[in-house]
Amino acid sequence: MPKVGVVTFPGSLDDRDAQRAVRLAGAEPVALWHADHDLGGVDAIVLPGGFSYGDYLRCGAIAAHAAIMSEVIAAANDGMPVLGICNGFQVLVEAHLLPGGLVRNDHGAFVCRDQRLRVESTSTAWTTGFEVGQEITIPLKNGEGGYIADAETIARLEGDGRVVFRYLDVNPNGSMNDIAGIANERGNVVGLMPHPEHAVEPGFGPDTPAAMRSGVDGLTFFTSAVQGLLAHV
Amino acid sequence: MPVIVVEVMPKAELLDPAGKAVAGALARLGHDRFTGVRLGKRFELTVDGVVDDALLEQVREIAEDLLANTVIEDVVAVHTVDPALAEQLSDGVAGETR
Repeated sequence: MPKVGVVTFPGSLDDRDAQRAVRLAGAEPVALWHADHDLGGVDAIVLPGGFSYGDYLRCGAIAAHAAIMSEVIAAANDGMPVLGICNGFQVLVEAHLLPGGLVRNDHGAFVCRDQRLRVESTSTAWTTGFEVGQEITIPLKNGEGGYIADAETIARLEGDGRVVFRYLDVNPNGSMNDIAGIANERGNVVGLMPHPEHAVEPGFGPDTPAAMRSGVDGLTFFTSAVQGLLAHV
Repeated sequence: MPVIVVEVMPKAELLDPAGKAVAGALARLGHDRFTGVRLGKRFELTVDGVVDDALLEQVREIAEDLLANTVIEDVVAVHTVDPALAEQLSDGVAGETR
């Protein structure tokens, strides 16, 4: 069974939910601690949501310099699947594993809603189980989720198909080009602001036309990575 | 002890919602002479020993690497505070912790 590590930083909130998502996707979750220089033999890594270090300095900035990040960066550069969710996405940009930055929502308020997204790329480690153009709904909750980058970076991301998810209906935070998530060049590192780990189990996900809280669109992120790992064994 | 000050501002071309909120508050309070507010950060690094060019250079690197994210922010100033003012600053810190 593949092992997927979930890193807990001081102030991480959604590490347990991410572990549960990993388990539901058929892999063994491994709790990793920010202060260790040890990845515990995992095959993939999730950097979960939350408010590491109280969002002091900048969201994700102090966590990006945590001890375990030197191992995470090395593993990511070796091709290990890494998913950064919300604060985890902020950590990935602060660690320069993904380009651009995340700034305070343009309207200045924290936003919490079930968010429709369009899957723009299925050639990443975390999205192979989707169809290109598929529309999914997963929760979104952030105060500093506005994705920005210089014009050259945006053009490169768009040109290379590295915009993985785009907001539908409303742009909830002023992100450029409605970008909700991006990937690195190789496609093994993906970061997004919305929370797939909160939409993995019937009864606890977003509402769907079929039934209340029945949305499990987030599970495909984790099953995609697990299937990819099993295929490589 | 000497103090090195680092000032960081959001990049000019970016929307600064925090500054905008403060500008809105000023307008509501009737302060109508201000057309905009931008909100940045000031770091005060207290130094053990003397500040030389090598240390200032090191602080400039730290500023670009950790204190600012140069994708969204600019380091606008790195300077030492004059000794008398530095004294007041460190007194202030001591006073707060007492």
